[in-house]
Amino acid sequence: MAGHKETDEISGTETTGHEWDGIKELNTPLPRWWLWTFYATILWAIGYWIAMPAWPLVSSYTKGVLGYSNRAAVAESLAAAHAAQSRYIEQIQTASLEQINASPDLLNFAIAGGRSAFAVNCSQCHGLGAAGGHGYPNLNDDAWLWGGTLKDIAQTIRYGVRSGNDEARVGDMPAFLRDGILDRQQVSDVASYVLSLSGKAKDQAAAARGAEVFAENCVACHQEGGVGNPEVGAPNLSDEIWLYGGDKQTVMTTIANGRGGVMPAWTGRLDGATIKQLAVYVHSLGGGQ
Amino acid sequence: MQHAVQADEARTTVPGDEAATGGASGPAPGPAPGPGVERAAVEPVNKGEQRNLYAKRKKIYPRRARGTFRKVKWIVMAVTLAIYYLAPWIRWDRGPNAPDQAILIDIPGRRFYFFFIEIWPQEVYYLTGLLIMAALALFLVTSLFGRVWCGYTCPQTVWTDLFLVVERFFEGDRSARIRLDKAPWTARKVAKKAAKHVAWLVIAVLTGGAWVFYFADAPTLAADLVAFDAPLVSYVFIGLLTFTTYTLGGHAREQVCTYMCPWPRIQAAMVDADSMVVTYREYRGEPRGHYRKGESWEGRGDCIDCNQCVVVCPMGIDIRDGQQLECINCALCIDACNGVMDKVGRPRGLIAYDTLENVSRRATGQSLRVTLLRARPIIYASIILVVGAVMLGTLLTRPTLDVSVLRDRNPLFVRLSDGSIRNGYTLKVINKEHDTRHYKLSVAGAPDATLSVVGESGEAAPILTVEPDRLASFRVYVTLPAKDLKRSSLPIDFVVEDTASGTRATYDGIFRGPER
Repeated sequence: MAGHKETDEISGTETTGHEWDGIKELNTPLPRWWLWTFYATILWAIGYWIAMPAWPLVSSYTKGVLGYSNRAAVAESLAAAHAAQSRYIEQIQTASLEQINASPDLLNFAIAGGRSAFAVNCSQCHGLGAAGGHGYPNLNDDAWLWGGTLKDIAQTIRYGVRSGNDEARVGDMPAFLRDGILDRQQVSDVASYVLSLSGKAKDQAAAARGAEVFAENCVACHQEGGVGNPEVGAPNLSDEIWLYGGDKQTVMTTIANGRGGVMPAWTGRLDGATIKQLAVYVHSLGGGQ
Repeated sequence: MQHAVQADEARTTVPGDEAATGGASGPAPGPAPGPGVERAAVEPVNKGEQRNLYAKRKKIYPRRARGTFRKVKWIVMAVTLAIYYLAPWIRWDRGPNAPDQAILIDIPGRRFYFFFIEIWPQEVYYLTGLLIMAALALFLVTSLFGRVWCGYTCPQTVWTDLFLVVERFFEGDRSARIRLDKAPWTARKVAKKAAKHVAWLVIAVLTGGAWVFYFADAPTLAADLVAFDAPLVSYVFIGLLTFTTYTLGGHAREQVCTYMCPWPRIQAAMVDADSMVVTYREYRGEPRGHYRKGESWEGRGDCIDCNQCVVVCPMGIDIRDGQQLECINCALCIDACNGVMDKVGRPRGLIAYDTLENVSRRATGQSLRVTLLRARPIIYASIILVVGAVMLGTLLTRPTLDVSVLRDRNPLFVRLSDGSIRNGYTLKVINKEHDTRHYKLSVAGAPDATLSVVGESGEAAPILTVEPDRLASFRVYVTLPAKDLKRSSLPIDFVVEDTASGTRATYDGIFRGPER
């Protein structure tokens, strides 16, 4: 239709030349201010190029006279957030763990801060929900290898378990079979005895034989009745919670080869306030003593 | 639109009508250049000068109309402007822990206050319902009475009207304004124009100023604004609304309705032949023509072609062309025409509110039909009633205490050393009362369950304290002996009871244990 224009009879307006089923489109001119609005947006764009970062260059970009930068804005917000937190952080640094736990404001802050520190530093082994896994203790329950008071938890976090730190928690479960302390039958018997403590033993005669072996070899750490001793990290063997598994085969493996999980010391990697927040958070997970 | 076309065609068939002869005839053909050569009276259609991509706005100088509808418009204008400017200043006592402004949109506090109603962000569906009702009310009114919203109450119409009053005050009525615009720039003209624009800007600033009062305590903000102590965002919004009010009310005017507003396009689907619209009774008015006093009215129409309906029109259209997209149904042409009809001694109502159906019935002498009870308005009205009833019902029975419980998914449950199972929950309690409340928490459906709340001493029935008009979040642990768990999940109810009033809220929760 190029070059040919026609005018609609009724309205007197030019048509675009497009026709659908006999209906023609009128070419109504736009209002002039529309054009001015368009020019205004162009002017705005030019002003924006000058004021704000806009054009990429080879190794840099045009910075804009206002000097705005997203990075600087983020840094500013972060600084503002840190400044807002500093009031609580300072209090946490000086307060004792019990004081933090007793003050609702500090407790809320410490739980929130502890949760994020936990997600970054601890969740790799203990899981995001702190439910642990095979060989990694569940921190939600009420069984604690090294004690579940605020002080105990903070101590464990600060210096770790078998971490090589001088203050680290150290306990040694011998490899009774591998090192020749017990023979295979004794290991099987003592495993039966251990299972009997939580009512799981199938062979009562073996369990009775195992009780003697237990009294000679295990009571020093695991105590009478297998209730455990947090001083040396000896778990309670009479409860429903098993770090490595509670079936007879696994218990025998544990006795035969010994166990010794490792947790790093966090002092030096995390600051004191963060460790305190972590301790309060772990304590709040439901099993704290 | 269809109607306009018919009117055009009808007029061209009337003998002796000016429109038929004064149509598209070009310059008269001159003497033929030679025998056998015909000179065509034509201009090339696609001539460069005629190709306009952009149409310049032709300024409209509406003349002041006088009459019933003008009076109604004055009243509506006064009422709507008064509501807009004064509403934020109405006080409403809500007690000590809530603002005393009747209408307040508290964005930092996440609350909307409207007299006795207080809306929380999660109750934004009330706003949705209100918008549905507003839209349907617009549909209903349009299907019954045409574009009364556009003609009387739309802010664009009201403020344009207000700006026209100011314009008329400084520059005079239509003819004076046309003369002034054509006149050379003298000190007097500059003074008139400047005074007008200053007055417009003052109105615009006040309009923007009134807007921000809906978002903060009006008296405090007013003092801060004057002292240049108010937040920057207040000034930004005042500036923005000053700009839009000044531009749209003073300069853009009918362009907003014609080009920017979607409503003229939608209204075509809302009105039908039984909707009341501003109509020209063509059967009575045509053939139109000039009239001299004392002449007979025989054989001619009542329209004396005085164009008074055209000069009062703020949209710059001729209602005699029929229904048009631009027409906002403000009825000023009715006032103008009625005044003229009174003067020439003919009955009023040559231009009148009427339905298109009745206009054609009048033309053929049939009996009139007024059917307000049509399917369309009935459907709109019943939807409004249903939505309104549901909203009112939920609003009146809305609890002042609400509880929601989110069960921990990680871990799903925790086995304790004695074999019992523990679940963790995040409990959120909303206190909509304006004072601090203490709630007793208990669990129903599991008699052996023990409850503990993080941060609370381990009593049997913990007390949860929630500040006035706030939501508080608690970590709650529920422990059940393993023997109580016959299946992997057990329904339990969390019951929160106000220790002062006894109001209770219950949440149906689930307790999970190991798979069995």
